[in-house]
Amino acid sequence: METGHRMENGMRNNTMLKNEMHLTFDAVSVNEAFARIAVAAFVTPLNPTVEEISDIKTAVSEAVTNAIIHGYDPEYENDNLSEERHQIYMHCLIEEDVLQVEVKDTGKGIENIEQAMEPLFTTKPEMDRSGMGFAFMEAFMDDLEVISAPGMGTTVQMKKKLGTTSWIRQED
Amino acid sequence: MEENFKVIDNYLMVRMPEEVDHHKSVYISKTADEYIMKEGVGNVVFDFEDTRFMDSSGIGIIIGRYKKISYFGGKVFAINTDMRIRRTLMICGLHKVIEIME
Repeated sequence: METGHRMENGMRNNTMLKNEMHLTFDAVSVNEAFARIAVAAFVTPLNPTVEEISDIKTAVSEAVTNAIIHGYDPEYENDNLSEERHQIYMHCLIEEDVLQVEVKDTGKGIENIEQAMEPLFTTKPEMDRSGMGFAFMEAFMDDLEVISAPGMGTTVQMKKKLGTTSWIRQED
Repeated sequence: MEENFKVIDNYLMVRMPEEVDHHKSVYISKTADEYIMKEGVGNVVFDFEDTRFMDSSGIGIIIGRYKKISYFGGKVFAINTDMRIRRTLMICGLHKVIEIME
């Protein structure tokens, strides 16, 4: 296994095998940077490469941006006349050499998940959205799952195994 | 932040920030469009020299400006791109419509 050197470095003692983080923050765009930097810092005990850090930051940034722009879409919110502050919930888990990131909102949800995940599909072309968010998450992480229903919010679950240098998803 | 936009001849030079995400992209797109309209420039150059992070919002900025100026025969350039940025641009196939330089 390519991860062998990590053991020699003493990076994988018992305390490092499992680590968990819960974060809740307001759904405002300034927190996009906060969220990706927090996950990047959280993953440092796994001794990630610059490339891996960059992949993780991009994927987290996409997920959080989606929650802010689409989950808590102002147009949709106005219909409901809700005044409460919207929050994004993030849960990170390290198990062995695998990072799991869950980004959850309680916003409007997705009607057609398959269509939403298509590259270049966007409901907001006027906002200069490229429609590449889910495609990037898929490209930069090893596993992506989207759980959503209209009015029920959206949960994005991503997994990445660290210590595999290739950034293209490898088929088993 | 206005010093990050400069018009040279028929080119609008946009110096991209260290981190290009949704938070920053709204301002960049808006300001670039103002310059394109006001100065009537034909081409746009995005300079990624300072950029260390970019997500799909950066792609949105470039595609959006490309749509605006290519209609009048203008060109879009991305310069000083590191390996990481080039990879992100190429995943989206942007190298087919814009000029990407190292």
